[in-house]
Amino acid sequence: MSQATLAIRRISGHAGPAPGDDVERDYQVCKLIDTTTCIGCKACEVACLEWNGYTFTDTVFDNSYQTMPQTAWNYWNLIKFNEHEREDGSITLLMRKDQCMHCADPGCLTACPADGAIVQYTNGIVDFQQQNCIGCGYCVSGCPFDIPKFNPTTKKMFKCTLCVDRVSEGLEPACIKSCPTGCLHFGTKDDMVDLAETRAKQLRENYGIEKAGVYDPAGVGGTGVIYVLHDVTNPEAYGGLPKNPRIPFLVRFWKGPAKWIGNLAMLGGILGVTLHYLRYGPKQVDAEHENGGKP
Amino acid sequence: MTASRVISPREPAGTVHREGIILRYTLSERVHHWLGAFFYIYCLVTGLAFWSPYMFWLAVLVGGGPTARFWHPWFGLAFTASMFWMYKMWDRDMRITEVDRRWSKAMEYYIKNEDEKLPPVGRFNYGQKLFFWLMLYGVILLVISGIGLWFVEGIPWSLRWLRYLAVTVHVAAALATIGGFIIHVYMGTAMVRGGFTSIIRGEVSTIWAKTHHRLWYEQVTGNRTKEK
Repeated sequence: MSQATLAIRRISGHAGPAPGDDVERDYQVCKLIDTTTCIGCKACEVACLEWNGYTFTDTVFDNSYQTMPQTAWNYWNLIKFNEHEREDGSITLLMRKDQCMHCADPGCLTACPADGAIVQYTNGIVDFQQQNCIGCGYCVSGCPFDIPKFNPTTKKMFKCTLCVDRVSEGLEPACIKSCPTGCLHFGTKDDMVDLAETRAKQLRENYGIEKAGVYDPAGVGGTGVIYVLHDVTNPEAYGGLPKNPRIPFLVRFWKGPAKWIGNLAMLGGILGVTLHYLRYGPKQVDAEHENGGKP
Repeated sequence: MTASRVISPREPAGTVHREGIILRYTLSERVHHWLGAFFYIYCLVTGLAFWSPYMFWLAVLVGGGPTARFWHPWFGLAFTASMFWMYKMWDRDMRITEVDRRWSKAMEYYIKNEDEKLPPVGRFNYGQKLFFWLMLYGVILLVISGIGLWFVEGIPWSLRWLRYLAVTVHVAAALATIGGFIIHVYMGTAMVRGGFTSIIRGEVSTIWAKTHHRLWYEQVTGNRTKEK
């Protein structure tokens, strides 16, 4: 992203325009997860821990291959394993890599009260700035994907950064780098949507998976992480991926109209008592009593 | 009038200290009032900081955002405890009576400072009682929703509507108490002269008691003055 500003605009003594001058640049980055080619190897889980400097934590066994029930403050990337019964009664294992979705309209950022604790870069990455985080947990209430997690020791919130430290240096995120099947892709949003749609079309037309489609939910303005699902009509089957995620209504109300109503009410209260004092003044007890009733 | 005196901290409210002076609030009542005030104002200042980016600077006054966030719930619990202590002290005095109902219908005169048109009231008037119950029910809602906000990750995803309800209830209850608080501070300091002194030193003049709380005045002085 930083190098994008070094693209050549004009060249001295050059015959013709600068090469690439008319190129339309897409700064929005995106991770594509093709669940149809994921084998559940968890290489992405390990790569995430390694790159971000966390050690492997204890796994929680729950009759499944899944490492633990949900992501943790120091475990940002988790493959969710879901046994799913097909229409013909056979069983399939749906595997979905769960992490921050990097929403275009992030609920965590909307809910956050601390100046600068959550930022959204021009490339679409939503990133927590722990030095500004106050640890209130409002982002937990704002997130439609249940992603931000609290570190009880430092009292700060953590989640997937989409490896912003790698991406800013022109590298792909660690999970992408580690994927052995190529089910993870990284590029511009346009390219990834295009690739995802092509893959979904291939699944529909060549493999007879009629409901295959792309998960890029419009309710949060699209996401910086998109999925190809075998059955896009039932994302819930993939470990609770919401069908139509939105910033919760009460959170939007609280951060929107309630602010105005509340602030005007408080100002109105102060103005009201001031005007009352100017109009009616204090209650005097018997004027003959000196000190206005004080002992 | 200016003679110094020795007062036992155990004196009940209504004790006539000397000619023209009545004890309105006991030492215990004053201490608990001010403890509650301290806890509430801390929660108010830090809560306003979390409420609006334009008031986030308030957190700086109490040590910065993370510090404010750390202490806010604990001070909230302390305020809850102090509210319940006040409930224990004032429950009986604060019950709404028939007198209050009549007074409430004439509240317009109280606002306009035409107190002579009001029916006489006891130790607390209807407005004071309303404020007390507002703060008590307010703090109950605040502490329940506040625990939800404090341990938001403890609310399972399947019950996530509780997370959203908690922020809404917390904000609504806080705003309601702030409304009451603004009026309370205004009346206690600027509007009702002598009120502020009474919650600090505990004393009011008999004429003050007679003007603002006639029934209480008659009750506490009646027996004693008639003996003279």
